[in-house]
Parts: sequence; C-alpha cells; structure tokens
Amino acid sequence: MRTGVIAKKVGMTRLFQDDGRHVPVTVLALEGNQVVARRELDRDGYVAVQLGAGSAKAKNVAKPQREHFAKAEVELKAQLVEFRVSEDALLDVGAEIAADHFIPGQMVDVTGHTQGKGFQGAMKRWGFGGMRATHGVSISHRAHGSTGNRQDPGRVFKNKKMAGHMGDRQRTQQNLEIVRTDVERGLLFVKGSVPGSKGTWLLVKDAVKVDRPADAPYPASIKSAANNNTAEEPVIETSVEDVATPEATEGQEG
Amino acid sequence: MNLLQTIEAENIAAISKDIPDFRPGDTLRIGVKVVEGDRTRVQNFEGVCIARSNKGMGSNFTVRKISFGEGVERVFPLYSPNVESITVVRKGVVRRAKLYYLRGRTGKRARIAERRDTREEA
Repeated sequence: MRTGVIAKKVGMTRLFQDDGRHVPVTVLALEGNQVVARRELDRDGYVAVQLGAGSAKAKNVAKPQREHFAKAEVELKAQLVEFRVSEDALLDVGAEIAADHFIPGQMVDVTGHTQGKGFQGAMKRWGFGGMRATHGVSISHRAHGSTGNRQDPGRVFKNKKMAGHMGDRQRTQQNLEIVRTDVERGLLFVKGSVPGSKGTWLLVKDAVKVDRPADAPYPASIKSAANNNTAEEPVIETSVEDVATPEATEGQEG
Repeated sequence: MNLLQTIEAENIAAISKDIPDFRPGDTLRIGVKVVEGDRTRVQNFEGVCIARSNKGMGSNFTVRKISFGEGVERVFPLYSPNVESITVVRKGVVRRAKLYYLRGRTGKRARIAERRDTREEA
C-alpha cells in the first residue's frame, strides 16, 4: 500500500483528446508534499507516513507544532495528514512527493469536505416535496409536514430527516481517472469532479477498488529537489530550537 | 492570471488553431470532422453565427441555418479538434450579442445587412 498525497483543488477545466472527445477535468495542485514524520510498527504499533502540505506562517503555528516541523527539518505546513502504508513503502523524513506519483490512466479515490450549504430546510436537504401551494395551506408551504405518530410512540424517532446543517461533510469520490500529470508545477488532472470548493484540501489515494497499475512508482515518486534539501541539512547542524526561532521572527516581520 | 487561466492559455496555445475574428451576425462555414467507420472526412456546415460564449477552453459559438425548410442550430466548441476550419463567408451588422430573435423568423425578415469595414477602405 502506497502513501497518498495532499492536494489543493484549483478548479475545473476541459481537455480535448485527439479524437475530438473532450474530458472534463479537475486540476489539483501538490504544494510541497513532504514527509514530516514516520510511524513505525515497533514504536507506534502501526506503519504510516505523516505528510505535510502547503505553507503556514510561523505566527499561526503553535510552538509544539513548530518544534515538530523543526525536528523533521521541513518548512511549516498548513496541513498534516497520516497515510497508512505497508512497511516497505515507508518514506524518509523530508522526502517530497512529486506529481508523477500517479500515472495517467490510473484510478484514484479523492477525499474531501463537500461545499457547506448552511442551515437548510427539509425540501433542499432531503428532497421532501413540501406542502401544497393552495387549498388552505398557510405560511408552511416549504415545511416538512408530520414527523411521526401519536401518543404511541409519543416521540420523534432518531435520524428523522429534518431541517439542519447541510454540506461540509467528508465524502470520498471513488475511481476517478488521472488524465494527465504536470511534474514541474505539481499538478494532477483528475477526470470529473471532486468534493469541496476551490482552494480546499483533498486527499488523493490509489483507488481501493481498482488495482494499482504495475508501472506506478512503488514506494513513491520522490522529487529530486528533496535530495538537495537532505544535503543541506548537515550544514545547518544547529539545535532544534535555533532552527525554529529564525522562522518565527521572519513571520513577525512579514 | 491565476493558475487555471495559465493552464488554459497554454492549452489553447498548444492547439495553435487559426481562428478568424468573427462576431454574431457573421455567416460562417465550419469544416467539421466526421468519422465514418474507420475513415474521417470534413463536412461543411454553413450558417449565421447567432451567439458566442467566451469562457476559456469552454468557449463555444452557435451557428444557425435553414436546412430543407427546417431551422438547424449547432453549437461548436471553439477549441475542439473536431472543428477543422472556420471561414467567415460574410460579415453582418447586428445590434445584439445573441441573435435568438432569428429563431422566430424566416425568409426576408431574417435578413442581416452586410457589414463593410470603412476603416480599411479609407
């Protein structure tokens, strides 16, 4: 089982194939997907990779979390997510995942929070029919109507469909095809729509229901730039706190 | 330009199609690729452009013609590889962006005056 990635939804567009068919695609951007920590079997009881993505200002990250990033010697990240992986797919801390982690034609599952709709009535939220426009109905044309029986059972059953908050729930869209990848800009072009609004964070994983293609890079596709970072790391060789503090002052100036 | 607009601009540049200037009211001849079995040929569709919609890669235009007494409208994606060629046959003068009023008209009432560019002549 490979690691997934954290991606940001950029928006939707269309691509034309050579035969004239058009493919609606959602563009997802990988923004500095780096391994921040590892979870290992003997120490943590399970195997996972903790990925960070995006960038956060030092003033918005609490000190314990800053220390956590400093320990991994990576930039401050806006998002931290753990992906369960098999033991041979564990990645080194600091490794950055590139967009060619997924290959065109591969199926992925995309998880994210749907667009929030706020407090909605039963008609919009559950598709209820509402009441009649005339024939004596007053003020309650969009009301949900009865919610139950009489003295027996004398209560409204749990999970009764009623008005309430709609949207902003975690949903997974399964088996979306990767149409194209752009390694330089870190972009994934996924066929079809994904949950959430533009700018939202999403998790992209190999599809659960479709086998991963054999030519997909197995542990992960690591950016070569990440190797440069690891080369720099011994040069810094300062204590963990020193690494964190210059970043903090930079944030305050900005 | 945001990232999405940049991507679309690059894709449009990559298609590198020769699209002439045309507006609603112009008469166009569109070469459309048609697949028949395993061979493709180009079929012409000639009519009046009655609407244009500009939205990046999703841009399209509507062409209307009268075929055997029946009005026919086709919406073409501007950047589709299926649209082989666009030629402007005649320019027209109209005062609307969307010429949907032509749908209720036939014959003389559906005429559009020709536009002559005075600046080029001067």
